[in-house]
Amino acid sequence: MYKSLTIRQKQIVWAWGFLALPVLFYTVIRFYPTGNAILISFQNWNLLGTRTWAGFDNYIKLFNDPVFWKVFANTFKYLLIGTPLSLLISFIIAYHLDQLRFMHGFLRMLYFLPFMTSAVAMAWVWRWFYQPVPTGLFNNLLASVGIGQIAFLNSTTNALPAILAPAIWAGLGFQIIIFMAGLRSIPKSYYEAARIDGVGWWTILWEITLPLLKPTIVFIVVFSSIGFLRIFDHVFNMTTNNPGGPLNSTKPLVLMIYDTAFSSFDMGYAAAQTVVLFTVLLVVSLVQLRILRDK
Amino acid sequence: MTIRRIPGLARATLFATATSVAGLLGSAAHAVEIQYWQYFFDARIAAMEQLIEKFEAANPDITVKMTHFPYADYRTKVAAAVPAGEGPDVVQLFYGWLNDYVDAKLIQPLPADVFPVDRIDAEFFPMVQAMKEGDSYWALPTAVRSLALFYNERLMEEAGIDAPPATLDELVAAAQAMTKLDGAGNVTTVGLTAGMTAQDHHWLREVLVRQMGGEPYLDDYTKVNYDTEAGRKALDFYTGLASGTPPATSFGFMDEPQAAFKAGRAGMHIDGSFRIGALAEIRGLKWGVAELPAGPDGTKSNYSSYWVNAITTKAEGEKFDASVKFMEYIVSDEAMQLWLDVVGELPAKPSVGMTEKNANDPVFGPFIRGLEYAHTTKFVNESAQRDVLVQMVDKIILEGGDPAAALSEAAAAEQKIIDDAK
Repeated sequence: MYKSLTIRQKQIVWAWGFLALPVLFYTVIRFYPTGNAILISFQNWNLLGTRTWAGFDNYIKLFNDPVFWKVFANTFKYLLIGTPLSLLISFIIAYHLDQLRFMHGFLRMLYFLPFMTSAVAMAWVWRWFYQPVPTGLFNNLLASVGIGQIAFLNSTTNALPAILAPAIWAGLGFQIIIFMAGLRSIPKSYYEAARIDGVGWWTILWEITLPLLKPTIVFIVVFSSIGFLRIFDHVFNMTTNNPGGPLNSTKPLVLMIYDTAFSSFDMGYAAAQTVVLFTVLLVVSLVQLRILRDK
Repeated sequence: MTIRRIPGLARATLFATATSVAGLLGSAAHAVEIQYWQYFFDARIAAMEQLIEKFEAANPDITVKMTHFPYADYRTKVAAAVPAGEGPDVVQLFYGWLNDYVDAKLIQPLPADVFPVDRIDAEFFPMVQAMKEGDSYWALPTAVRSLALFYNERLMEEAGIDAPPATLDELVAAAQAMTKLDGAGNVTTVGLTAGMTAQDHHWLREVLVRQMGGEPYLDDYTKVNYDTEAGRKALDFYTGLASGTPPATSFGFMDEPQAAFKAGRAGMHIDGSFRIGALAEIRGLKWGVAELPAGPDGTKSNYSSYWVNAITTKAEGEKFDASVKFMEYIVSDEAMQLWLDVVGELPAKPSVGMTEKNANDPVFGPFIRGLEYAHTTKFVNESAQRDVLVQMVDKIILEGGDPAAALSEAAAAEQKIIDDAK
């Protein structure tokens, strides 16, 4: 049978033979659970009993749940503060690091280190930094120079930025490396030509560097957006006593999903939230690709 | 050829006969094997191993195989295994999960001839009756937990207090005496720890509300009843702890109440009996335990929670009989004493707990005495119901909200959680 195939057909058989493994993997590990999650979102299930049909009940409940809207807003706060800020900081660092020769490798390693550190360990250390006196590093410093205490985590307004700070810091290393790779790939001759023409650094940055970095920026924006939309470890570990608190002011969507699924065991409701998160991620990514791709 | 074949055949026949005889003998003496599942916690595993050993020695025809895995996977594994006919015959579960297990038909009622309701009612501490439905019990605990007041002996001495507070007024006075402030007025040592995320929500719910003359829930915990005068008094007392001069406490001090107490930065700390082990390991910390302070009219109350053992629906026939025997053993006086000695969890029966030795034990005594008047909240979703009270206090402390309004909102929110779970 195989022998009677043409060379072209044989190639196709081989190609599919090799592709079968990842295809199977994705079907079992990705697509089946995704489909199942969408199915569960239309059902009620507490992990123990049988699943019963709920129709759109879970989605209606979600729409009418004030906590969900609060959490939805928080999720976008993480995105809208986190992505531009981390993009700006990482670009500034990468731009200057790129021009630096002295201890270049060492500095790059220092910036990359937080990215390799466990988010859990980092979150706990920052959590202790943020405590009031007598334990917290920041508040002890403030107290030693006679400035009043700042409630970092124990405040409905300060807690979200306080949690976002280490999350941004942790992601910087990766973004810096990507930016530096992007900067290195810009041909030197463009800069030489510009300098011969006597153009200032601002114009070089604005007219040459940034436009040519566009693919890099698109990648980092999409990548870090997905990261901030899915933020969980930092929030969970910095607020374990009252996950997402105080008063849900730091709770992102992923944490709400986790709570609903594994403390309340309301799998249907959690699945509905997951479908919403999936849709948000999809839409945000598509929109960003669209906006940043064409001129 | 033929001569040699015959002995071969004979040997084969002999062998076959021998193995089938051995097989027959084997099944005659064959022991029933039952499975016991619990979550992983060193001391609990050690205690259960000892119990199984003693049980098997007394019942040579039964073997018990224990399986344990991390707490986080517990529910999903049990849920997947039992309906598939795998997994435990006797299972340990948190009392708050009972309804889910019953509804999912994962466990069966204990046989009333071996565990008659009136006898269990009489023999166990009263809060165990939360496991009863109609003419039978669904599950029974080997050990229970309750709350008590831990105190730091060194800080008490420094403040000139010679005995732990016995009433709420004494509690506040002692806490104020032990609080330390720095030059800027920041609290550096609290007299009493406070944090709704730890055990304080139980203290408020089942203890303070009752001590102010209220009843936190009605109709078998289906109706929230703390949005009352008593509830407001209890909440005012609790949040007021942070506002005296000097304050008795500071909310969120050192992140976690138990951390402040462990670090010697808290004079007193309300916590469960499960904290004893962790505190015993802290070097240089001298601490004692007292019963929770009584209310203004002398009312004493406490909160108790526990893990229970139940027989799953998988156990049938001889496995069911063996499981019943095993259940009988692990809720016996002997098992409870062993559990107290090895794990440090409190006996579920007065016959073990209220012995001269146990009830007057300097560490376990106050917890065990608390069991006599303890209540067990029938949660439908403990973490969600806890969050309601956490948010109530946050609204008052962090946002300066009106306590009465926050209390009403909390009561309504918790009622909704209970109603939705029906």
